[in-house]
Amino acid sequence: MFYGTELKNRLMLGTAQYPSPAILRDAIAASGAEVITVSLRREGAGGGAFREILKESGCRILPNTAGCHSVREAVTTAQMARELFDTRWVKLEVIGHADTLQPDPFALVEAARILSAEGFQVFPYTTEDLIVGEKLIEAGCEVLMPWGAPIGSGQGLRNLEGLHTMRAHFPDTPLVVDAGIGAPSQAMAAMEMGFDAVLLNTAVAKALDPAAMARAFGQAVEAGRVAHGAGLMPRRDMAQASTPIFGMAEFAS
Amino acid sequence: MMFSVLGAGVAGLCTATSLAERGARVEVIDPDPEPTGASWYAGGMLAPFCEGEAAPEDVVTRGQAARDWWAARVPGVLQQGTLVVAPARDRSELQRFARATRQHSWVSPGNLEPYLAGRFAEGLYFAEEAHLDPRAATRALCARLRDLGVELQFGTGAQPRGQIVDCRGLAARDLLPELRAVRGEMLILETREIMLSRPVRLLHPRFPCYIVPRGEGLFMVGATMIESDRDDPITARSAMELLSAAYALHPAFGEAAIVETGAGLRPALPDNHPSVIFRGERIFVNGLHRHGFLMSPALAEEVAATVFQENHHAC
Repeated sequence: MFYGTELKNRLMLGTAQYPSPAILRDAIAASGAEVITVSLRREGAGGGAFREILKESGCRILPNTAGCHSVREAVTTAQMARELFDTRWVKLEVIGHADTLQPDPFALVEAARILSAEGFQVFPYTTEDLIVGEKLIEAGCEVLMPWGAPIGSGQGLRNLEGLHTMRAHFPDTPLVVDAGIGAPSQAMAAMEMGFDAVLLNTAVAKALDPAAMARAFGQAVEAGRVAHGAGLMPRRDMAQASTPIFGMAEFAS
Repeated sequence: MMFSVLGAGVAGLCTATSLAERGARVEVIDPDPEPTGASWYAGGMLAPFCEGEAAPEDVVTRGQAARDWWAARVPGVLQQGTLVVAPARDRSELQRFARATRQHSWVSPGNLEPYLAGRFAEGLYFAEEAHLDPRAATRALCARLRDLGVELQFGTGAQPRGQIVDCRGLAARDLLPELRAVRGEMLILETREIMLSRPVRLLHPRFPCYIVPRGEGLFMVGATMIESDRDDPITARSAMELLSAAYALHPAFGEAAIVETGAGLRPALPDNHPSVIFRGERIFVNGLHRHGFLMSPALAEEVAATVFQENHHAC
């Protein structure tokens, strides 16, 4: 449950960098995504026509504060998003470095506290750091979004052990792997690990055929989720035959 | 039959040309006495294959006619191709661009552009592409229209007297509600320290840019693409991005003079596909998006061919 909302489909799609709004619309439909995220910082109030197209997709909209570098910018952008989309949801990004786009955990926690107090339902873009995660929950967040890898890098799950630990540390908090996913197999791996959803943008938007790639991601996320629910077999150090060898005929030499 | 072309941007001027060349009586009406709008800030690249990276296939196919269409009508169409490069750490962008496009070859950029020697290990060369100076081309096409007997009613308040061909760009939102604005920002730099013979595109995962040499030491640097209809001057962030991209292409641009900045609103349809639309009493040529100088000739010929065929049938 994401702030009381149940989602059947666990892929969340970004809406930037597509060749056209029509192709974006096709990709959303092909992926089956129920949640799309949209940036506002740069487009501002003048982006109404594009936002109308997004609303027509029928998806739940998760506005984001991409491009914000300070608490004040992020809070102001979130407030504008609430007015434009009439939603309490906000994906909170406070960028610490313009080049790496790494989140600034200190400003993130502060902005999350302010927005939660104002009634926002905050989806914070964070790292796999456990203490930052705890501070965010303390600030009022009921969902955490750890990165897989830096935004747009396509490196996948760069710190598998860290993500495993985070999943184990926050067993009851919905966790969404956000950013850095480059291939459906990586999204599926996150779901197999028990993450609740995956959010991505570039891997679909910049594919040569975005709608086909969106479909592939939708299928991978679904497969990973089903696999996790079905109970993955544990890894073993030794081979174990599927058919018992006891009782088989033995040939005398 | 008389045609009233509304809008003196590149779509309107090309459509008027194609109609007038077939002997039609044509007037072009624009509320502004001087050229404004998206066309004025265009890059003027006739680059159908590069645009194919993100544009609909139709732009690649029909855009190929633009080079010869312009060269037959205005001076200054330079057939020097396009060079595409990427900083060393973004080499994968170059490979993606190569996969998404065609009609290119891998080159050593310094062999084509001596001033870039040693700065980029490899690049893509699109030999079939061309470029022009959009402002000079606009003026030349206006002169040609006058020679063809077309009445240019710019800022005169004239009312249309013939079949309306609506080429008003974003202003046609009143009748084409599906149109939206895609804001583009550009700047013009002046420096004698570097020379380029052809448009150079610098790939970057977040802010790709192109630099088009305009001669006389002038370089047009463009262009952002922002889903917004905000119609005010270039933002500081966009200027920083464009300038840092130019600087990354060659540090000499860091010492260049910024002689102009501009922002325009590109008219775009939901599929970003430049189109001729027959709706109601009007013929619309719109949704040119990034492809004004590239696609206006094809759309203009489409309009002219269609209306003349219809008249032919009516006879």
